[in-house]
Amino acid sequence: MRFALTAEQQDLRDVVHELVERLCPPAVVRSAPDTPAVDELSRALAEVGVPGLLLPERCGGLGLDENYLVPLLTETGWAAVPLPVLETAGVAPAVLEAAGLADRLLADGIAVAADPAGSGLVRFAPRATLLLTGGWGGSGPITVVSLSDAHREPVAAVDPAAHLCRVGAPTVLGVVDDPRVVELAWQRGVLGAAAQLIGLSRRMLEMTVEYVGSRTQFGVPVGSFQAVKHHLADALLQVEFAAPAVARAGFSLATDSPERDRDVSLAKALASEAARRVARTAIQCHGAIGYTTEYDLHLYAKRAWALAADWGSAAWHRARIARHLGLAHTGTLPVH
Amino acid sequence: MDLTWSESEEAFRAEAREWLAANVPREPLPSGDTREGFARHLEWERKLFEARWAVVSWPKEYGGRDASLWEWLIFEEEYYRAGAPQRVTQNGIFLLAPTLFEFGTKEQRDTLLPRMAAAEDLWCQGWSEPGAGSDLAGIRSRAERDDEAGGWRLTGQKTWTTRGAFCTHLFGLFRTDPTAQRHRGLTYFLVPLDSPGVTVRGFERLDGDEGFAEVFFDNVFVPDSAVLGEVNQGWQVAMATTGSERGLTLRSPGRFLRAAERLVELAQAHPEAATDPLVDRITEVWMQAQAYQLFTLAQVTDIVEGRPPGPRSSLNKLYWSELDVRLHEAALELLGPQGQTDNPWSRGFLFSLAGPIYAGTNEIQRNIVAERVLGLPRK
Ligand SMILES: Cc1cc2nc3c(=O)[nH]c(=O)nc-3n(C[C@H](O)[C@H](O)[C@H](O)COP(=O)(O)OP(=O)(O)OC[C@H]3O[C@@H](n4cnc5c(N)ncnc54)[C@H](O)[C@@H]3O)c2cc1C
Repeated sequence: MRFALTAEQQDLRDVVHELVERLCPPAVVRSAPDTPAVDELSRALAEVGVPGLLLPERCGGLGLDENYLVPLLTETGWAAVPLPVLETAGVAPAVLEAAGLADRLLADGIAVAADPAGSGLVRFAPRATLLLTGGWGGSGPITVVSLSDAHREPVAAVDPAAHLCRVGAPTVLGVVDDPRVVELAWQRGVLGAAAQLIGLSRRMLEMTVEYVGSRTQFGVPVGSFQAVKHHLADALLQVEFAAPAVARAGFSLATDSPERDRDVSLAKALASEAARRVARTAIQCHGAIGYTTEYDLHLYAKRAWALAADWGSAAWHRARIARHLGLAHTGTLPVH
Repeated sequence: MDLTWSESEEAFRAEAREWLAANVPREPLPSGDTREGFARHLEWERKLFEARWAVVSWPKEYGGRDASLWEWLIFEEEYYRAGAPQRVTQNGIFLLAPTLFEFGTKEQRDTLLPRMAAAEDLWCQGWSEPGAGSDLAGIRSRAERDDEAGGWRLTGQKTWTTRGAFCTHLFGLFRTDPTAQRHRGLTYFLVPLDSPGVTVRGFERLDGDEGFAEVFFDNVFVPDSAVLGEVNQGWQVAMATTGSERGLTLRSPGRFLRAAERLVELAQAHPEAATDPLVDRITEVWMQAQAYQLFTLAQVTDIVEGRPPGPRSSLNKLYWSELDVRLHEAALELLGPQGQTDNPWSRGFLFSLAGPIYAGTNEIQRNIVAERVLGLPRK
């Protein structure tokens, strides 16, 4: 028993952290998708092996497992990287390998988007070259489509930094319906979303702790007021108890545990609730400055809201766990 | 990252499970916070001791098994899985013993620990006073030097002393230097409750059991050997115990994992009451019990690799105590009118309400987390 990152997993985390801290400051999160800074970020992440992380070595990947995916995506979440990292690194490998398109994964950088619900709404679509549609809940076919010639209509969205688009008339490159692959892609997507939410939560907490330590009112830092302290202690509590559940879900996938579906649901439900709580607390403890787009906090909060609701909301995953526990649930699980 | 148990740990688990299955009383014992129930629990404690399961993590010479922290966690899981009785010796073995291991003289360890493990000496915690609760450093009970007799004379009052009316010994804080600053002039004493001048008065807790006591000291003599740690260093010695009290050792995850499983079983047995909203809450409680276990597995990894939890043990305390309340609230909703009888769930509910108060209130824990974990300004 050793429930902590290995030295290699820590190294990966540190490398990625240093990389996104340098190449993905808030100004880059805010920038248009075609700016050179975003190109550079995408290239740098590809260079450390992000797209091929989970791809077997025989396909040119690093052949690593989900115990590495979790720290990687926690860090890209921390920086709110404006690229489909979780989709490219987490969801795509098994699907593209099954579709015989593994080489595309390694060729295009961070460029695979996903729409598991088949909603037609795609985050980070402008930079994506491939889109994976379907597979919600780990079943049904996943369609691989090319976005190169597809129509991409920008959609006004809560999180402008995600460059949400409605995608039309794409070219179908393949359909993957191997149940094992579809299930794995879904579970990795859920796990990856949970990991990013942990990173986003930590970032918002860090920003808030720093802010309330320097902002003064009534002649003292506002962080010395007990109401503010208790809000932040409660927010931290949620994050500290969600993060180990996310790490365990990574281990369950890496070891193909029979409980893996339950474990990824636990991770996503806890991480979604934690991120929502932290976002709300962070904005409240900032006061009005937290309520402006000129200050950076909103970048992280908006990404968190989108991710908390995607890949199955907290309530969706609780309902899924209830079934695993054999608790009679009268309703059927909604499609999304 | 490795969440599997070794062969020897699995063997340890199997041995514990087998012994518990054969020995745990079939009928639940009466509450250990009543005089009759306490006596019944002592029989159980002695049975545990004889089979060397009372204090698994202690060295063999004191009645333990030299078990690792991991094995201790495994034992706790099995203990609660088997539905074994509450540990009425808990304040001695989980709070005082770690302090004795850290600060005790060899003589103190050799004389006190084996008797504690065997449930011959029964220890209660004498910290709180009528005027000193959260503000523990406001303690007024005092100890005055008696050079002639070679010891100290204790005067004052302790209160909220758990099972004080049934115990034989008390570990507590007394002011030895009234001129020093609040935290400085305190000393940690080990006091036999049959010493002349001690009066103990038991009284009822919320559940009606005589689980609380007031302890009065009227010029009670104790020898120098009754001092644990250095004179006037009692605060530091006591704070070493609070880490154990808030953290892992007081409330291991096994307890909540089992309670959450029982809650799920209760919901399965009462499908008519398990409405969707209630199922959702029960699921959430089950999830939180899992999260508590996973948090502690990471924490134990840190501890065995030399990274002590420090103020992060306040996170444990906040989480388990609030989880325990929610767990019992959900159970009582499932039970409906049946919940008003005196039953394990209603008892558990009443006791859960104490969790956010004892071992440092949750407001105090939030202060600690904010100031010492997050680093927010004190004033
Ligand atoms: C079941 C049970 C068993 C116990 N067993 C023992 C025992 O064996 N031995 C022993 O010594 N003691 C024991 N205690 C006592 C326990 O340690 C105290 O109750 C606890 O420290 C709180 O002190 P108090 O009750 O005086 O409350 P107070 O300190 O008076 O607090 C009252 C309220 O004010 C809040 N408050 C106080 N200070 C602050 C602050 N700085 N910031 C924010 N809020 C604050 C508290 O959180 C609480 O809500 C036990 C208590 C219970 C309930």
